[in-house]
Amino acid sequence: MPQVATPITIDAESANDPVLDRRPENRVWKKFRTHKSAMLGGVLVAFFVAIAILAPLLPIPDPTATDWGAVRQAPSAAHPFGTDEIGRDVLARMIWGAQASLLAGVVSVLIAVFMGVPLGIAAGYFGGWTDAVISRCTEALLAAPFLILAIALAAFLGPSLTNAMIAIGISATPLFVRLTRGQVLSVAAEDYVDSARAIGLPTHKILARYILPNILPPVLVQATLTIATAIIAEASLSFLGLGQQPPAPSWGSMLNTAKNFLNQAPWMALWPGIAIFLVVLGFNLLGDGLRDALDPREQ
Amino acid sequence: MLSFIVRRLLIAIPTIILISVFVFALQKLLPGDPVLAMAGEERDPATIAFLREKYRLNDPLPIQYFTWVGNALTGDLGISLRTNQPVLELIAEKLPVTIQLATMAMVFALAIGIPAGILSAIKKGTVADYVANVVALSGLSIPNFWLGIMLILLVSVKWQLLPASGYVPFDEDPLRSIQVMIMPAFVLGTALAATLMRHTRSAMLTVLTSDYVRTARAKGLSERRVILKHAFRNALTPIVTLSALLFGELIAGAVLTEQIFTVPGFGKLVVDAVFNRDYAVVQGIVLVTAVGFIAMNLLADVAYVLLNPRLRKS
Repeated sequence: MPQVATPITIDAESANDPVLDRRPENRVWKKFRTHKSAMLGGVLVAFFVAIAILAPLLPIPDPTATDWGAVRQAPSAAHPFGTDEIGRDVLARMIWGAQASLLAGVVSVLIAVFMGVPLGIAAGYFGGWTDAVISRCTEALLAAPFLILAIALAAFLGPSLTNAMIAIGISATPLFVRLTRGQVLSVAAEDYVDSARAIGLPTHKILARYILPNILPPVLVQATLTIATAIIAEASLSFLGLGQQPPAPSWGSMLNTAKNFLNQAPWMALWPGIAIFLVVLGFNLLGDGLRDALDPREQ
Repeated sequence: MLSFIVRRLLIAIPTIILISVFVFALQKLLPGDPVLAMAGEERDPATIAFLREKYRLNDPLPIQYFTWVGNALTGDLGISLRTNQPVLELIAEKLPVTIQLATMAMVFALAIGIPAGILSAIKKGTVADYVANVVALSGLSIPNFWLGIMLILLVSVKWQLLPASGYVPFDEDPLRSIQVMIMPAFVLGTALAATLMRHTRSAMLTVLTSDYVRTARAKGLSERRVILKHAFRNALTPIVTLSALLFGELIAGAVLTEQIFTVPGFGKLVVDAVFNRDYAVVQGIVLVTAVGFIAMNLLADVAYVLLNPRLRKS
């Protein structure tokens, strides 16, 4: 059948059409809402955030309370996820561990964003020596593999959850510098920025009003995806003993203990891994969905 | 081509200098005085003064830095506090183990990622494409140390098919060496396979809609020939570059994999050094990986130009 161009008609229905709706916020939200995997990601993330926030209110045992009469017990009604090598309730430790994981993911990415974005803007907007210095430093930091850098920093700072977050944040900063710089370069070449300069708007106003809003979407996507990476990095550092310190619970350190009891108590290794997998999957799906929703080409 | 390589090498120099400054600064940021730790319980002032003089800690910082860089350039990265071995010797001893692991992981990743990516691009929108995407995303989200633990639980503990740990040097018994390394290599390769699959898929999708693929089809070439000869060869360029870049990530990822399977490689060296507060070793490792990473970047750039005839001419 030959293709016939359909004449464009504006009817009541087109107002709800994501493509025809011209308000960008609505368009993005509508695209995002119909993106099944992104919504799944959102639900996963919301679930873990809720657990982490509600942890103190939930009717669960103290995550650090030991019970020598219930060592390495298989899942049962009293302990739905079983108990660990010193009789602590695994479910309670999982729930409190969600706090450590999410906190580490979000705080380290905030550190990276708040250091990386201003540096990237400075490099991209001012150019010249500022750009040269910032860009060379970024390249140098990017040359060290992410995890090696984080391990080295955590080792020099000393093992603790806070230091792990700082180490991961610093290691992730160059990603945001590079991304922001590239975005600023393309936005700063736009006509509307030229006109803003021509009417004599001061630099800080141009940056705040024209540059920043336009570079935020890709930064947001990158931040969401980096939270996923940061959660795995925190779990890795805690697994190596460089993150959350005992007896405070963390999924990574739970796995570290669990690997010594694979024969006797396999459930100890099962739950923390599934939890890390699900929360990381959630952030990855959310990030992918946001990218699709914010990308003007994907319509 | 030669001038391109020389230019890229020159650009790499300031980066390497900056890395050396960072690595040097790491040591200076360290809380506590290393000399006090070395001097032992008595903290005899004479010993402390001697150690300060010996390690040239009384020199101004810039002089200390240049001494350190000078030594590093001649291959002297210091002495491990733990084993009293030169750091470079330790690294040279452990690196081949990790390179074998990373190479096997790369083979896994290429063998799984590329065919899966091609398949899901050709079958875009079908169940096969959907499954490949779900598997790839899962591969990216699974922490590889947990995957390792689960594999040990199933393959080694339950089914007793493969050993859970150990290492046999390749030149001693190649077959046994590969057999012992299969599980860790698979674990290390999963995330990379997922990344490669996603990139192959998107590169193939771009290429498949191009004019020359349409021309090839219009000429009446078989679909197999169109895809392998015309489409895939062009999609390959970004994939080769990416593989070279990700080889460095494999070395980093090996830290955890080696820890789980107790493979005596580079990663195990890092972790042991961190826990023994053997900072010269940690510094040496960061420096060597960073320089290696830059070298891989350089190779990736050269490969990109070599594979892309349009860039080769200019």
